Amino acid sequence: MTEVLATTPGLYPLPDWAKDELSDLKGHQKDDLISGEESSEITDAYDRVRDELVDWQIEAGLDRIVEGQGRWDDMIAHPLSVHENVETRGIVRYYDNNNFYREPVVRGDLTPDGDVAAELSACDATQAVLPGPYSLSELATDEHYGDEGAFLDAVAEFLSAEVAGFPPVETLFLLEPSLVTDAPEDGVDEHASEAIDTVASATDAEVVVHTYWGSIPEKPYAHLMDADIDAIGFDFVSDHEGSIYNIQEYGTKEGIALGVVDGQNTLVETPSSIAERVEWVHEQLPVQSFDTVYVSSNTELFYLPTNKAEAKLSALAAGSKEVSL
Amino acid sequence: MSFDGYADTRSQFRPDDHPTDHFLLTTVVGSYPKPKWLNRAKELAEDEDRYFDEENLEEALDDASRLITDEHVRAGLDAVVDGEMRRNEMVEYFAHRIGGYEFNGPVKVWGHNYFDKPSVADEVSYDEPWLVDEFNFTTGVTDRPVKVPITGPYTLASWSFNEYYETEEELAYKLADLVNEEIDALVAAGARYIQIDEPALATTPDDHAIVGECLEHIADGVPKDVRLGLHVCYGDYSRIYPEILDMPVHEYDLELANGDYEQLDVFKEPTFDKDLALGVVDVHTTDVETVDEIKANILKGFEVVPPEQLTVSPDCGVKLLPREVAYQKMENMVQAAREVEAALDAGEVDVGYAGK
Repeated sequence: MTEVLATTPGLYPLPDWAKDELSDLKGHQKDDLISGEESSEITDAYDRVRDELVDWQIEAGLDRIVEGQGRWDDMIAHPLSVHENVETRGIVRYYDNNNFYREPVVRGDLTPDGDVAAELSACDATQAVLPGPYSLSELATDEHYGDEGAFLDAVAEFLSAEVAGFPPVETLFLLEPSLVTDAPEDGVDEHASEAIDTVASATDAEVVVHTYWGSIPEKPYAHLMDADIDAIGFDFVSDHEGSIYNIQEYGTKEGIALGVVDGQNTLVETPSSIAERVEWVHEQLPVQSFDTVYVSSNTELFYLPTNKAEAKLSALAAGSKEVSL
Repeated sequence: MSFDGYADTRSQFRPDDHPTDHFLLTTVVGSYPKPKWLNRAKELAEDEDRYFDEENLEEALDDASRLITDEHVRAGLDAVVDGEMRRNEMVEYFAHRIGGYEFNGPVKVWGHNYFDKPSVADEVSYDEPWLVDEFNFTTGVTDRPVKVPITGPYTLASWSFNEYYETEEELAYKLADLVNEEIDALVAAGARYIQIDEPALATTPDDHAIVGECLEHIADGVPKDVRLGLHVCYGDYSRIYPEILDMPVHEYDLELANGDYEQLDVFKEPTFDKDLALGVVDVHTTDVETVDEIKANILKGFEVVPPEQLTVSPDCGVKLLPREVAYQKMENMVQAAREVEAALDAGEVDVGYAGK
């Protein structure tokens, strides 16, 4: 029996009132962004943001509720951007988007700091979201560990300690777009998979390694299959052929996350089209059976205006209920 | 379009009383800091409790437009702009005037900086002129030639959500046809200097062929004496040069001062056979370059083109600078150009351009 669950990779747009209120409280410049040491007014605003983002998901009827990551000014680079031994420098492009984050430069030991765990503890999230170790190390600059491999290990240990401090959750989404956009070379691909293992082993939750903006090249995909994780997430919006190819050639885990709703376009998918896409994937894989299918957007949702993001949540929930496998 | 057939769209901008034989056309990219009172006027117009209606706001926009045009004239620029006082943002402004677009609310660019990214929800259409009123007003307040910057179709397409067209490319070509219609209207109103702004090309340089095809749509039927320019900024130019030379425009306006002319060599081979509008002041620093520093930057341009093909311009729109800094940069820039022209007349400058 396959369980079909509606969820998202998190990183929601701020409600419009919060865009205004927080930009008034914090300012518009790079030195004004989140540092991990916010005033009580800012903390209070983010508490209200968190409540509202959780409400959106409950109202929509999602099966997994995320914290919403409203504080993540630097998108998935956030866990490093707020770290005391990380310096944030200039504004750099966030993947191939018209979005920017502060370049995090690691200048000292990545000691555990519990920033994301504290966010999760402040709400009733059933799904945690973190960057995967490979993507986070790719987004950052290392001026401390001195070696690419040592840095990846350090980032993995840091995330692992963060996960160990989480309150109980059902699912952990590790976002690994860099496995697609800046795929690891020979040798590093195996290491990236081991780093993911390090993080995944810190929790009893189901671990989903979610990838997007295309499909992972074959070899890193084959290595990812060696990691002790419960599901891999695929972007069926941007590259359904490459995703199907990987699964047909190398198999996949017993769970699967399907990015079938476009997180970067305001056109809202109908529930029936979402269900059809999920069923289509299932039909392409006659020899594969799944215990869990996560129906999701391909990317984070912060690219969207709030009305469309909310509409997509409702469509995801309704669409996943229509799925018949 | 070959350069030879269109060699002279430049001399029409040379002032009758220009003091030197040599003429380096001085201009700006377009945007300029808005006077603080204009922002206050906009807030008043949005406040229903205030006695300040749309008509009052229009008057404020006229005042701002006149003020900044005058400021450009005072700085001595040969071709002026009104500083884009009526435009809030380079995509939103046009999307509000193009049929098929809708707005759903702000989206994040970075930190707490947002942009009302519009959605193309239906077939795009030309329903009303976009810039003709702006152009008519500006030409009415100055005798100088007025340049018209227009956000290019590739950027309009890339920086919108596309709900309607199969591909972003298809949307870009449809929008290019609308830009062509707008240029018809502007030319009928007397415009002779039009610049297409394509900043989105910097993030996806491999799409230069799409931008080229867009420009074919845009240039179709445009009279030969109308000067067309393309502005591109903050990218890796080696990925678009020399391909851009084939585009049907007379002039390429490029940001180069910000990178300290590190990319200048890109343009030396093959020969740059169109006009180069060289960025000679950096718009991302409030330090005002001295006249001597700018003269040195202008001379860099002669490594690529001869004086007859050089236009002098800031790197990009100056709207993020404090207004007094923006003005001082313009004034120094014009002064530097005039001094270089005199030095050229006197034979004191070695023009070692690559095509010589």
